Amino acid sequence: MSPMQTESTQRKIIMEGLWRNNPIFKQVLGICSTLAVTNLVMNTIVMCAALVFTLALSSMTVSILRGYTPRNIRMMVETLIIAFYVIIVDVLLKAYWPQMSTNLGPYVGLIITNCIVMGRCEAYGNSNPPGVAFLDGAFNALGYSFVLLIIATFREILGMGTFAGLAVPYFSSPAWDKWIIMVMPPGAFFMLGIVVWIFRSIQVEKEDKPK
Amino acid sequence: MNVGAEIQQAFVVCISAVFTQNILLAYFLGLCPFIGVSREIKTAFGLGLAVIFVLTATVMLNWLAYRYVLEPLGLEFFRFILFIIIIAAFVQFTEMAIERFSPFLYQKLGVFLPLITVNCAILGASLFMVIRNYSFIVTIGWGLGSGTGWFLAIMAMAGIRQRLAHERIPRGLQGPGITLIIAGLMALAFIGFTGVLQGR
Repeated sequence: MSPMQTESTQRKIIMEGLWRNNPIFKQVLGICSTLAVTNLVMNTIVMCAALVFTLALSSMTVSILRGYTPRNIRMMVETLIIAFYVIIVDVLLKAYWPQMSTNLGPYVGLIITNCIVMGRCEAYGNSNPPGVAFLDGAFNALGYSFVLLIIATFREILGMGTFAGLAVPYFSSPAWDKWIIMVMPPGAFFMLGIVVWIFRSIQVEKEDKPK
Repeated sequence: MNVGAEIQQAFVVCISAVFTQNILLAYFLGLCPFIGVSREIKTAFGLGLAVIFVLTATVMLNWLAYRYVLEPLGLEFFRFILFIIIIAAFVQFTEMAIERFSPFLYQKLGVFLPLITVNCAILGASLFMVIRNYSFIVTIGWGLGSGTGWFLAIMAMAGIRQRLAHERIPRGLQGPGITLIIAGLMALAFIGFTGVLQGR
């Protein structure tokens, strides 16, 4: 492959992960483990970092091992690889940031069953060289993270009047009646529903135009 | 703690897992199948039953494995892998057993069992059980309650979505979008149950 071509594939992978095939809008998969922590921006950032780490590295590992894995136990091997990286994240968090580890509760462990991680390993890591698999994993996770960050930002500002723990001028004053519902579970469903609606409408419009 | 008090606590945990702390609407566990497989009441029913069964059984198995294998060995961090393996193995064995002993049940539930291995509600319930340090009896209540809560939520959603099938919904909102908004409304309604268990 010429350098020109590699560059264009890389750009394509990045665009696909961030926008065109964004895990959340396009597939609405794998939101379980992460939606729960979007009530605070800080929690979301840590969770997303954990997800990027896990997805990129496990996709790469699956790709490296793809020649040696028997086909029929492939899924089990992939799960174990993912679990391996999740354990690393969990142990690190417990050791260096116990407070955050308590905040996130079981949701770090639930990255294992996050359909996105498994889906990317299976769909991409399994049939591509390690380098691009890493890139694909990283940018899919980033595409996922940026949507969650949008949700977390709205939820924290509207519900608590803060952004990542810092007071936001108007929203933290008594003039703003805090929407407590936003930091409770229903707020997450509403925000995600609205975000999916907006982004899908944009994509639908784009698809309709050429016709 | 004596057994009577534990059974009472198990009962309270069970009821709160169904209503006030619904595993799906309050903890967001098992959302993928909830959005993907809630189009018809019949499939939702099968999947829901399978979840109740697998969840209750694996929570108990995982409790035993955690208390008698991982804790004595000091390998608590290993729980993710062990739990996943136990769940996958259990689902596999159940599938084989059902296929052999009850073709009728297999026909009803068989297709849903493999889906369940990757259902985060199953692993999530086990992880919560570890974090909250439940005793064995309470764990049974917790497993039954969370499974039933999930079943209830997906049945309600399937019922609503069947009604919506012929409504005119904006294109961007069709499918997952509207499901999420409805889930939000349902979560709001379930918060109303909070008063049921006052003083806990």
